[in-house]
Amino acid sequence: MSRLRDRLEAGEFVVTGELAPPLGTDLTPMRVAAETLGPVCDAINVTDNQGASLHLSSLAASRVVLDMGVEPIFQQTCRDRNRLALQSDLLAAWTLGLTNLLVVTGDDPRGGDHPEAKGVFDLDSTQLAQVARGFNEGHDMKGRDLKGATDFFIGAAMFPEAEPWDVQRARIEEKIAAGVRFFQTQAIFDIDKLARATEVAHANGAKVIAGILVLRSPRVITFINERLAGLMVPDHIADRIRAAADPGEEAVKLATEQAEQLRDVADGIHVMALGLDTAVPRIVRDAGIRV
Amino acid sequence: MIITRPRDWDRVRAQIADLGATRVFIMGCGECATVANTGGEKEVLEAKARLEAEGVVVTGWSVGEVACHSGGQRLEARKHAGELEAADAVLVLACGAGVQTMADATSKPVTPGLESVFLGNVVRHGVFEERCQMCGDCVLDRTAGICPVTTCPKGLLNGPCGGMWNGMCEVLTDRECTHVAIRRRLAEQHRDKGTEPLPPKDYSKKLKPGRVDTRAERSAHNAAARTKAGEGA
Repeated sequence: MSRLRDRLEAGEFVVTGELAPPLGTDLTPMRVAAETLGPVCDAINVTDNQGASLHLSSLAASRVVLDMGVEPIFQQTCRDRNRLALQSDLLAAWTLGLTNLLVVTGDDPRGGDHPEAKGVFDLDSTQLAQVARGFNEGHDMKGRDLKGATDFFIGAAMFPEAEPWDVQRARIEEKIAAGVRFFQTQAIFDIDKLARATEVAHANGAKVIAGILVLRSPRVITFINERLAGLMVPDHIADRIRAAADPGEEAVKLATEQAEQLRDVADGIHVMALGLDTAVPRIVRDAGIRV
Repeated sequence: MIITRPRDWDRVRAQIADLGATRVFIMGCGECATVANTGGEKEVLEAKARLEAEGVVVTGWSVGEVACHSGGQRLEARKHAGELEAADAVLVLACGAGVQTMADATSKPVTPGLESVFLGNVVRHGVFEERCQMCGDCVLDRTAGICPVTTCPKGLLNGPCGGMWNGMCEVLTDRECTHVAIRRRLAEQHRDKGTEPLPPKDYSKKLKPGRVDTRAERSAHNAAARTKAGEGA
């Protein structure tokens, strides 16, 4: 059962959020985040050792979120596991009741908190999507029948603003052919670039959930530009936040405007609150997406 | 060409000290380590001077033709038998293969003086680049002669990943993304249409440990040919 799939397939505009499992076993902050985001989101991404830094596994955390009555999107990166472990965890995810899956490459370990770690990358994200599609069809990577298949709603990441475009377009098409049914994008600052990517996805039968960042402080912008791969905050946006008397408030206004604009182009929004989870209900409400 | 780098000298000294060695024989390599400026005659003599300045007796030294050649290394050991016998340990300035060949050729404890880092292309004198990881399952026919397994820092077969920005690599930010380069060359050669993603790699083809016996292969081939000829007659 996936409400996210049902709503997207019904042509309804969806909202997804994001939470990071803890470094440790105290689930309280994660539960608070799920309680804040749950009522305004159709599903919440549960990240997998995000930023190549150690966290509780997405598998366990996704189940915790599910048990709270909130629909998780189980994220799986190719960085930390070989094909045996990836397949094994996919089977585990399905038996734990997780239906939404986001397959991503994963950041390189050299940029994380265990820079000495071996990056596995036995499969890449396209190949992992193919594996998940195979599971949905009832067979493993070796073509053997599974005793009990899966029915994952398979998603992948999309980077509409990273040039060259012809490369991105080819990636979108390849991922869809591999079994991807929805994309979640990196933060969108250029609607035209998103529109051309959405056109390709729609032509191939996939949905696009567009990313929004809550750029709550100048410090966050610096962090994104210097440390986050595949993303740059354009100057006119950065200047607006930096010049604001209340950057947090300005970031929420900006995110709300972006959400309104994205309603005409995308199939949903993915709000990355960067710690300002409490702003998400307001953004969603003020953009007129949920009343 | 096997590319080597000098091992941290404090570590080399600690290894020698741990062996309780006060008298050392130094073995270099006339092939790769000479080209890489890490284990040729010049570097062997530098190591000798350094050890002697630190109070270690160097009983002798040699730079054989190829440090990883078993027969050649045994010959070197015989030629320097007296100097080796007088030593407590052997310091080898060669790749890991050379160190092990020497360890097989002498009864003395052998210790490495270099780090073996990659199979390198010689870009120009003294400049080396890794272009092949010897995976045993070549994909260069599909990737326009650019190896993603080696030159993509994540070793992804299909890319780019989400870190690519303006055609540049996320991990090595001063380098073009390998997958952008591959796709551009495929397009230039009109080979970019209708291509399927590369399938997962067959890591069982990476022989680990590697061993090839072309003599046994040839004998088997000849035996099969004889049998066939016999059947024909």
